[in-house]
Amino acid sequence: MGYSAKFKVWRGDDEGGALEDFDVDVNEGEVVLDIVHRLQATQAPDLAVRWNCKAGKCGSCSAEVNGKPRLMCMTRMSTFDPAETITITPMRTFPVIRDLVTDVSYNYTKARMVPAFAPPADLEPGDYRMAQVDVERSQEFRKCIECFLCNNTCHAVRDHEDNKDGFSGPRFLMRIAELDMHPLDTVDRRDVAVEDHGLGYCNITKCCTEVCPEHIHITDNALIPLKERVADKKYDPLFSVSSLFRKATGRDKAPETPKG
Amino acid sequence: MTELERHSYDVIVIGAGGAGLRAAIEARENGKRVAIICKSLFGKAHTVMAEGGIAAAMGNVNSNDNWQVHFRDTMRGGKFLNSWRMAELHAKEAPQRVWELETYGALFDRTKDGKISQRNFGGHEYPRLAHVGDRSGLELIRTLQQKIVSLQQEDFRASGDYESHIRVFSELTITRLLTNEGHMAGAFGYHRETGDLVLFQSPAVVLATGGIGKTFKVTSGSWEYTGDGHALAMRAGATTVNMEFIQFHPTGMVWPPSVKGILVTESVRGDGGILTNSEGKRFMFDYIPDVFKEKYATTPEEGDRWYTDPDNNRRPPELLPRDEVARAINSEVKAGRGTPHGGVFLDVSSRLPADVIRKKLPSMYHQFKELADVDITAEPMEVGPTCHYVMGGVEVEPDTEETRLPGLFAAGEVAGGLHGSNRLGGNSLSDLLVFGRRAGLGASEYVDRVGGAAPAVTDEMIAEAEAEALAPFGVEGGENPYTIHSELQETMNDLVGIIRTESEMQEALAKIEGYKERIRSVGVQGGRAFNPGWHLALDLKNMLLVAEAVAKAALERQESRGGHTRDDYPAMSPEWRQVNLICRSTGDAVELTRQPLSPMRGDLLDLFEVSELSKYLTESELPKGEH
Repeated sequence: MGYSAKFKVWRGDDEGGALEDFDVDVNEGEVVLDIVHRLQATQAPDLAVRWNCKAGKCGSCSAEVNGKPRLMCMTRMSTFDPAETITITPMRTFPVIRDLVTDVSYNYTKARMVPAFAPPADLEPGDYRMAQVDVERSQEFRKCIECFLCNNTCHAVRDHEDNKDGFSGPRFLMRIAELDMHPLDTVDRRDVAVEDHGLGYCNITKCCTEVCPEHIHITDNALIPLKERVADKKYDPLFSVSSLFRKATGRDKAPETPKG
Repeated sequence: MTELERHSYDVIVIGAGGAGLRAAIEARENGKRVAIICKSLFGKAHTVMAEGGIAAAMGNVNSNDNWQVHFRDTMRGGKFLNSWRMAELHAKEAPQRVWELETYGALFDRTKDGKISQRNFGGHEYPRLAHVGDRSGLELIRTLQQKIVSLQQEDFRASGDYESHIRVFSELTITRLLTNEGHMAGAFGYHRETGDLVLFQSPAVVLATGGIGKTFKVTSGSWEYTGDGHALAMRAGATTVNMEFIQFHPTGMVWPPSVKGILVTESVRGDGGILTNSEGKRFMFDYIPDVFKEKYATTPEEGDRWYTDPDNNRRPPELLPRDEVARAINSEVKAGRGTPHGGVFLDVSSRLPADVIRKKLPSMYHQFKELADVDITAEPMEVGPTCHYVMGGVEVEPDTEETRLPGLFAAGEVAGGLHGSNRLGGNSLSDLLVFGRRAGLGASEYVDRVGGAAPAVTDEMIAEAEAEALAPFGVEGGENPYTIHSELQETMNDLVGIIRTESEMQEALAKIEGYKERIRSVGVQGGRAFNPGWHLALDLKNMLLVAEAVAKAALERQESRGGHTRDDYPAMSPEWRQVNLICRSTGDAVELTRQPLSPMRGDLLDLFEVSELSKYLTESELPKGEH
């Protein structure tokens, strides 16, 4: 069942690098990350790669396999032709540290800019009551394993380094949507979404949704509804009145929007 | 030579899983400046892999549940070797810790009346696990991570600096704890990304480094599980307790080979899944041990009725504690009734409709579909035991989590005591929260008590730590660390695994001595920037020390109990229940001593029937008088 596969792996650091060729054994049932580990154990002990769980749960082993943003632990070797040369490169949007490891601190900086969950001040622990149907909308986004493949793929930053300042990428716009749909959250983040996180940069090409290993409907269920809420606020002449009403009742939420 | 990077904090938390993050939150809420040290990226720690849920007797699904019932279940699961005080604190405080997560933004699955839903799990009398589908660990770690961020935002508003009170150091490994005259003084390590060395000075350190799974070949643990905290603590002068108790989770994936060991959540059984052998038999009915005879169904019909009518039927034996189920699977496979890939069948496809399976077990569905080409809504899974958890760990004082070394605290999997000889599913995430908080509090109070300043760290101490960390670079053409690691994993799996005998453990200890020799000549290629070979060479030293502690304790304990099964001593012994096995490091070896368990407080003893206690305790320990 085993065979010898041809691999090209990008090796280098922030000063430059190149694809290096390897011939490596492949066994039945293996994934790309297994092959990288075999390279470390037998041919390149200092080959840098991030990984943790090897089960698609932690989102550490993001890279580009034959140009496609993927988790290496969830990319099965059986999806390739044994004669095919498989090329592994680091995520392109983030600066390279070494080999397949990139500096993803951009994401942690953006995470810190999202106003946190804020429950009603008088709600005691243990008294939270929410219907399953209401938590499910945000639960979908909380499946996110922060592999950052969506942010890596989004062309608004992938091809435009200078957009990184103003745009937080799908991951953190989805986080804003998640908090916005939390049944007990009291903060309005619509202005923040536009001004601090660059919601307007997103032109809903759905590339993020396509690469999401958790199959979250990022564009349809998070980004488009968020855009609709922002539009509601911006263009609704009654908004200021209804906003006051919502603040007064402690329910500062946008009206329901249908899922995409 | 560049200047050594130095930091000074009130509290250093080593490990950024559930226990570490909860400890950091508590220390910060007590006004302390805290460094959180993660071996990987922030939010990737092993907690993320927990699937089933958080055990807490909230009574949302069955109002008969309360802390006393949870306490009893935990003691039974651990075969009464638990630290009873930890089990008491754990059962009492777990509900508060779960409710608190909702104030941080957690979104658990709900009951019909909008409360946190709770699910059944092995060894728990009532539905008790707060959960989010089968990705409960992800919810826990993300919630704590986001709480840390929200505290940093508060600090920013107050001081203009996000990191004025909490700073997260990602991809940083600690190689040594520094002590001065028997007190905690700091920690020394390296940045994984650059290889630059770094010194932390601090009067208090919380260890929250998780487990030791990577010492074994078939494991559900990630690369981080190299026993760092256990080894750091022992080398610094603290002790470990009962390291022989290793939980082999009954259901790991067995095929394909590259995913062997990856966890299949117990929720599959909690939600109705059954175990069958190659003859199609539901074999668990043949493996109900005497101590649990009254609690489990004796026929499949009764077991099936329990799911809808738990008050009038007993639970199916698929939900026995994990040690029992793992041994049963092992026996079936050994008897030649295993599956083609050497496991048994775990079937949920014939038990629940496909859409319910996808809803309740989404990540299991995903995992089998993508990694094994198996559709669990249409066919059974193949599963077998996998090294999952170490019940033993660093010895701590139950209320404060302080170790024997003043200023050093430990919480979560790295700490020992709570789970006795076997942990119940769901009790790990609650452990992280209850004792993570207590460790953060204990460390804060310690810092207040000693007046804030850390004892001095001398140049000599730093030079020693540097030399140790960089030693593998000085070896020309040395041995590959990957080779020794894989040999160690085979040794532990084959000789100190799920079933143990004296001769095999002697053999393992002899092999470990050999690895200890060879590790001196391990060399690494390449430079210091993100060099996995170097990282492994250093981690391997920790794994070897831990492996020696496990093997020595396992050889010493001449009985079978929980996660320690001796072929040559198959019975559980009330005399051995009174013994804790303590390990220390003497520098180049592990020294083992016996230490008596403290007798359980009377009011806790009164929670059990004497007839049950008499299965575990010696005659002289049994309460006198009426019950």
